[in-house]
Amino acid sequence: MDLISNLGLGFATAGSPTNLLFCLIGVILGTLIGVLPGIGATATIAMLLPITFQLEPVSSLIMLAGIYYGAQYGGSTTAILINMPGESSSAVTAIDGYQLARKGKAGTALAVAALGSFFAGSVATLLVAILAPLLTIVALKFGAAEYFSLMLLGLVAAIALAHGSILKALAMTVLGLLLGVVGTDIYTGTPRFTFGITAYADGLNFVALAVGVFGIAEILRNLEGEQDRTVLTTKLGSLWPSRADLKAMIAPMLRGTLLGSALGILPGGGAILASFASYTVEKRISKTPEEFGKGSIAGVAGPESANNAGAQTSFIPLLTLGIPANPVMALMVGAMIIQGVVPGPNVAAEQPALFWGIIASMWIGNLMLIVLNLPLIGLWVKLLTVPYHVLFPIIMAFCSIGVYSVNSNVYDLYAVAGFGLMGYVLMKLRCEPAPLLLGFVLGPLLEENLRRAMILGRGDPTTFVTRPISATLLGLTVIVLIVMLLPQVSKKRAEVFSEAE
Amino acid sequence: MARPINKTDAAAGGLFIAVGVLFAVQSMGMEIGTALRMGPGYFPLVLSGVMILLGAAIVFTAFSSEDEPVGTLAWRGMMFILPAPIFFGLTVRGLGFVPSIFFTTLIAARAALKMSWLASLILSVAVMIFCTLVFSVGLGLPFRRFGPWLPV
Repeated sequence: MDLISNLGLGFATAGSPTNLLFCLIGVILGTLIGVLPGIGATATIAMLLPITFQLEPVSSLIMLAGIYYGAQYGGSTTAILINMPGESSSAVTAIDGYQLARKGKAGTALAVAALGSFFAGSVATLLVAILAPLLTIVALKFGAAEYFSLMLLGLVAAIALAHGSILKALAMTVLGLLLGVVGTDIYTGTPRFTFGITAYADGLNFVALAVGVFGIAEILRNLEGEQDRTVLTTKLGSLWPSRADLKAMIAPMLRGTLLGSALGILPGGGAILASFASYTVEKRISKTPEEFGKGSIAGVAGPESANNAGAQTSFIPLLTLGIPANPVMALMVGAMIIQGVVPGPNVAAEQPALFWGIIASMWIGNLMLIVLNLPLIGLWVKLLTVPYHVLFPIIMAFCSIGVYSVNSNVYDLYAVAGFGLMGYVLMKLRCEPAPLLLGFVLGPLLEENLRRAMILGRGDPTTFVTRPISATLLGLTVIVLIVMLLPQVSKKRAEVFSEAE
Repeated sequence: MARPINKTDAAAGGLFIAVGVLFAVQSMGMEIGTALRMGPGYFPLVLSGVMILLGAAIVFTAFSSEDEPVGTLAWRGMMFILPAPIFFGLTVRGLGFVPSIFFTTLIAARAALKMSWLASLILSVAVMIFCTLVFSVGLGLPFRRFGPWLPV
């Protein structure tokens, strides 16, 4: 069996002492930032990106991946104990998880969340292992026109996930694309939009943009109203769920895993959408819908499984097509490129150890997380008492060092301040930053493939619709756009997001 | 006449239009080329056009929706948080990594009203020691710990 020998290679890679160590560091860091509200996985990965350049590509990607799914675990702890999502994807967990905690069943809620996540993570990892090679075969048939259409679909689909106005999200994507164009033109060598600053000739620094827009802008927003958090100090209760609780969680866990895995693969999908969808489904098919919102086990098990499954399967488009499904995956693309790995269908064939090592590390990481989270839960709870005004100067110091260490370029530090201000202003104008980052990463690729496709098609724009795969992708893009702009759908979308707040 | 205007949306749309125009003007200064052989200005010019249209659409919708207040602005935060990385950039070579990261943390810490001077100082010293040990000693990043500006 190919799958078994491939997974064997993966486990051999991920199981080396160095990689185990970095996987552990990744999941610990992930849990840490997941637990602390106010620092997201995107900002943390952006900050740590430069530090990972010293490492082997496999180790650094394993660690970054660990931060991402570790944050999903940590986020649910905060959601259950203080009714505040540590990560946006655990917003749904807060609804029923916090109610369980108030009933003195915090331990049960945490255990259900952790077990559900572990189960979902394991299944989704297996799915990644099965599906990724199949998709890779399809992806190898892709030419420039297909890549262009696929990226367009990814960008448009990502907008479905942004909060608020679709028009603004579209505009943010275009702004990202434009910022991605800054730098030297690849075909003619003409400097573009650099305002004569040679330090920006290689393009704006990706890390600086991500840290500024996600990290610094977020700190500024948190500083608007300084508040202290109140931690639920009641006893955690028994950690082990009763037989009845276990029975109640099995079906929602299975459904959540399935739903999350499917939504995670979609471009623009991922953990947040998955947890919302799962909660809605559980509530609709439950025999006791009145329990939802008052401490239902299913309301914790379903969404927690779904968000973790979605977090794992969102690696599929990244590993097979090189197309990021969400901002964190966009950062992973950045990390791979800097490490000299070109993301795309060739990764599986040319670097099997890297490809399978990352997949295997996800399962190992999930196992580590369950060990970290259940017995050590008390430690994470203590962390919640660290006040924010102590945290953010530390974050600022790390941001500065992180950005500077990418190329030892002081202009990147000035850019960080500029992007921080830009991100904050845009946030105040209710424009979501996620589409901007995706646009920024995909901008140069989109332009390159557009130009290449036009040259290959002898200047005939119908090349995009006469090639069947490209035409299908473009058709899907149009459908997604139309569906989003339909009045009923946009109303429903507004409802879903307002429930989240 | 008292139609509600969503000022936040109007400002956002205006901003997008302005950025679009800025990029469009710059793109026109470059070679546009043809659809077959696109010049450096082609793709950005198309994007700028789309951006201006989207900005205009946002402004248009702003006239038919309720006003949403922008809310409070973090002035103090902006005054201290944004200069911190700039200060680090200006001094990391001259002063060296160790003193530069100390002052950077100190500047950032002043953004919080809740931090006393003493607490900020203690925190900055702790961050300085931690960062030096982790980044400079542990990870071996090529930073000069003390720069040429310091009389040694």
